[in-house]
Amino acid sequence: MSSFNNLLLEAKGITKYFGTITALENVNLKVRAGECLGVVGDNGAGKSTLMKVLSGLYKPSAGSLHFQGKEEVLESPRDSQNLGLEMVYQDLALAGNLPIGENIFLGREPTKNLGLLKFLDFKKIKELTDAHLGKLKINVKSADQKVEELSGGQRQAVAIARSTAFDAKVVIMDEPTAALAIKEVGKVLDLINSLKKTGVGVIVISHRMDDIFTVCDRVMALFQGTNFAEAELSKTSRDEVIGWIMGKK
Amino acid sequence: MVEEKDKKSESLYLKLIPYFDKYGILLLLLLMILVMHILQPDVFLSWRNVTNVFKQISWQSMLALGVFMVIVTAGIDLSVGSIMMLSLMILAIVAKAGAPWFIVVITPLIAGFLCGLINGAGITFLRMPHPFIMTLGTLYIFRGTGNLISGGTPISGFTDEVRYLGHGRIDLTWLGLEKSQYLPVSLVLIAVVYFIFWIFMNHSRTGKWIYAIGGNPNAARASGINVNKILIIVYSLCGFLSGIGALILAGRADSGYPNAGLQSELDAIAACIIGGASFFGGRGTVLGVFAGVMIMGILRNGLNLMDVSSFWQQVLIGSIIVLAVYIDVLRRDLSTRK
Repeated sequence: MSSFNNLLLEAKGITKYFGTITALENVNLKVRAGECLGVVGDNGAGKSTLMKVLSGLYKPSAGSLHFQGKEEVLESPRDSQNLGLEMVYQDLALAGNLPIGENIFLGREPTKNLGLLKFLDFKKIKELTDAHLGKLKINVKSADQKVEELSGGQRQAVAIARSTAFDAKVVIMDEPTAALAIKEVGKVLDLINSLKKTGVGVIVISHRMDDIFTVCDRVMALFQGTNFAEAELSKTSRDEVIGWIMGKK
Repeated sequence: MVEEKDKKSESLYLKLIPYFDKYGILLLLLLMILVMHILQPDVFLSWRNVTNVFKQISWQSMLALGVFMVIVTAGIDLSVGSIMMLSLMILAIVAKAGAPWFIVVITPLIAGFLCGLINGAGITFLRMPHPFIMTLGTLYIFRGTGNLISGGTPISGFTDEVRYLGHGRIDLTWLGLEKSQYLPVSLVLIAVVYFIFWIFMNHSRTGKWIYAIGGNPNAARASGINVNKILIIVYSLCGFLSGIGALILAGRADSGYPNAGLQSELDAIAACIIGGASFFGGRGTVLGVFAGVMIMGILRNGLNLMDVSSFWQQVLIGSIIVLAVYIDVLRRDLSTRK
């Protein structure tokens, strides 16, 4: 883990208000290349809000985001994608009516230009999709299969493939195994481990201690919208982390 | 992830489903044509009657195409009939004011586009809870405006250039056909417009994003797609197509009249639904809408040929809507594996 000092993403003093509600208060977060950070917390602790701030979906009320040492202001998810910051949402953010390949390239479709007109390059979408799924060892019948025809685990795999199709440096996953059958959980966790090996920084938000203790290197707990505790995984235990979630140290 | 090879899905039957999905509605259309031909062997497939059908569906097919794009985004546009009427009235007033024909021809297109823009802006900027509400409002607003500017009376008599799209004939005598065997310009227009929009919906990024928004707006948003911008484009295009409809109707009727396009929004929606578009968005094809428009047109034409009362036509069209959607429900039961 020599790349451990290679800081990719840092959030400093993130605060987010919704009207009079304080969803996040002065939250800090760091993730390095090839590292997996687990973020835990009870419902309403602010995990999803933090994620949406990192992805550019919400603008923080205060605080700053630093990417590879440089401060960035994210106006939209497009901005974070351009930086190499990708998100795998809990509701998967896939369009079931579209095929796998078109989902992976949604919003960033390769095109063939004919004068001023741009046409979708379906052949290229298929080639790139097959190559990318092959690289991640994701097996589906065909890149043309509609996402709504896939199992939960396959959908999660497509969502992860989507997040890494464009040179992602940091991938943030919200409850990546929550909706999966038990036999599919292991496959998704394997996929996260292989992402780490390629030098991607991964942030996993999860309720499941099994996930955290299988793939993460470090774990941090949010409690009522604040940083509550943080530790290297080797220096903590499940019981301790569960205690943090409930606000006990 | 290695899934076990699904033997069942390899079967021929399941392989056929996607094709049935895509072209099933055309089979229904062919079946109808066949039945009508058997019932009216001398008349139904005659040159005169076939061109008649196309002339009759010409402006409805424009409204249906616009509403179709809106329905793909999981929206609805109830105002297309009123947009068409308002555009027609504006055309009539501009024509009566003595404007040159190329100005008169463009006015309904601009008027329709702007009406659609108002719908799109209202739905996105005013954050209307559902497009139904915004377009229900503009259904009244646009028709009311059309009556206000025209005084609620018909304005008739346009020049041949203005009437060309709706009334023009392409002579085919050079092909050795008789003088009566002409090609209506509106038929060519339908083909051209549908082809352009087929390309747009299937081969452009914007078209793909329209389907994506209908499939899962959150996915579209998370992919960095500007959903509001796409919605405004869709409603504007829908208005623009209604404007083309107005231009065709101006040619056919040679008049701007207060009842133009009354309840035609419902016909347009019906054609989309019969053609396989899903009200929940993300599903449907341009070809399907065309088939839907044709099915309604042929049904009306066929029943007219057989002297069936128009009340029965209403009953039959309603039944076909229910039947078409029920077939769709059955089909989806078969094709989903869970």
